[in-house]
Amino acid sequence: MIEQYIVLGLAQGSLYALMALGMVLIFKTTDIVNFGQADMTMFSAYVGFTLMVGLGWPFWAALPLVIAFGFLLGIVVERLALRPAQQAPVVSLLIVTLGVALMLNAIASWIWGFDPKSLPYAISGPPVVLGNIILTRHDLVIFGTTILLSVGFFALLKFTKIGTAMRAAAQNRLGAQLLGIPVHRINMLSWGLGVALGAVAGVLIAPLVFLDLYVMVFVMLKGFAAAVLGGFTSLPGAIVGGLLVGLFESLLIAVPFELVNQLKETLVFVLIVVLLAVRPQGLLGEPIHRRV
Amino acid sequence: MPARAWLGLLLLGLVLMPVGLKGYTIYIVSLAGANVLAAVGLNILMGYAGQVSIGQAAFLAIGGYTSALLMTELGLAFWIAFPFAGLITGITGLILFIPALRLSAIYLAIATLGFGAAVQQLIPLPYWSAILGGHEGIKVPRPSLGGFVFDTDLELYYLTLVIVLMLIALSQNVVRSYIGRAFIALRDKPAAAEALGINPTRYKAYAFFISAFLTGIAGALQAHIVGRISPGEFGLGKSIEIFAMVILGGIGSLPGSVLGALFLTFLPHWLSGAKQFYTFAYGAALVLVIIFMPYGVWGFFMRLYYRFPALQKLFAKGT
Repeated sequence: MIEQYIVLGLAQGSLYALMALGMVLIFKTTDIVNFGQADMTMFSAYVGFTLMVGLGWPFWAALPLVIAFGFLLGIVVERLALRPAQQAPVVSLLIVTLGVALMLNAIASWIWGFDPKSLPYAISGPPVVLGNIILTRHDLVIFGTTILLSVGFFALLKFTKIGTAMRAAAQNRLGAQLLGIPVHRINMLSWGLGVALGAVAGVLIAPLVFLDLYVMVFVMLKGFAAAVLGGFTSLPGAIVGGLLVGLFESLLIAVPFELVNQLKETLVFVLIVVLLAVRPQGLLGEPIHRRV
Repeated sequence: MPARAWLGLLLLGLVLMPVGLKGYTIYIVSLAGANVLAAVGLNILMGYAGQVSIGQAAFLAIGGYTSALLMTELGLAFWIAFPFAGLITGITGLILFIPALRLSAIYLAIATLGFGAAVQQLIPLPYWSAILGGHEGIKVPRPSLGGFVFDTDLELYYLTLVIVLMLIALSQNVVRSYIGRAFIALRDKPAAAEALGINPTRYKAYAFFISAFLTGIAGALQAHIVGRISPGEFGLGKSIEIFAMVILGGIGSLPGSVLGALFLTFLPHWLSGAKQFYTFAYGAALVLVIIFMPYGVWGFFMRLYYRFPALQKLFAKGT
């Protein structure tokens, strides 16, 4: 029984991890916490809805288009909202992402209305049984996608020229600029990739819940908390944090006390704060050095 | 004209403002007053002491419920219950001070976010719904002094005005005193501040206490003005709204927080004619303000002030 909870928790955690990965990618290069990630994810998932349900496309045909849409959305937001505001302190830019989120929310309500929508699973069919664990095929797609994207982004940042440029821009903007790295373009790329990651998470989450204008906010908050738990500048940290939060949440459901279930959200945060109190820089974050 | 004369003029304007305003507008202005205190409270924590919080709505809730319950359950008079609600909220603020000893910036933000979520989830639990009223909330008695009950919009406005002005004056004095300078020193150069004998632990505790105290008073004020309180009002949205008030007004300036709070309280009412464009316009307003006033409304005023000598003459002493 407990194995079932663990696996389901890891599946849920993978979705948090994808959400966290997108936010960390944007934060790492631009220092901006994207509070609009939820609404950008929501909007991308609605685009997926139009393609899959409205036009009847299969999941695998719609996915690349949704990813491309997310990528474009990220670039447009960076170019039209954040770059014009770049003289403002970074905390103010957080309000800009919030403003963009509200605008996207309004546009989504004009196009798709307020009724919840349901999206199809990536693969339908009978569940897979492994020993005493039962998994839907959609869960397997979630695991596969998360592993693929984590490895992909790790390789991108570690081994490619663009990745090196992104890491350089993250470490020292001015220095990177002096070395001829087009920091603005790197920022746009990070936004594109970060929002595209959210878009992937969106079309994978939407079939599990009813898609409406606000459902992604809860996923984003868990993703955000997970990313911070992992260290917020560390991509592997985001994955580990996401999986841990999902796992813990699922194990709390397994506890047979009513009070524990009622306080699930609170207890997840308590665990995060306790873990952070032990490691203030997050599980895999760089230690904070105080310069005197 | 010296700055003092302008201040007097502003005060006169505030006293005379309700003349010719509709009751509902006066009510909104009073609520804006409560928001002003909440924004000032967060600005002292964030702008001066450099500690991020996105869980301030929790303190509003604690202040509001405490003041109401002290009056209804313990039968205390308003003038005792109200300041006590602030003090008790201030002490609960020290709950956040504990993680703040180890955590900073975004890591602290998560702890405060969790605190906000926890309080909102704890209030409606069935175990104490007999007192706290569950999701429905409870009725809050009208404020009264002696035998006088403040129950019209106008009376509530003047009560709010007096409380808000007193606490703003107090806050301004605090941030200009040794305490305020210690906050700034610890924010900008912690090591140097410590070397000068400023105890970081103690001043962090002060910052959280003052911020929670002001926010608790704001919550109590809001509860008494509205006459009802329920947990639904105090979600993450409210915390972020207070955060936005501080940023839009200008971080690290108390007059800025006043303007930011007034702006964000009235914006929904200005936009209410826009109907389905409301959310869009609200979001666009946030983006545009930051693009055109990167350091908030107050920062923008200051830039105008220093650019145009004519404005400086207006506030010069002895003319």
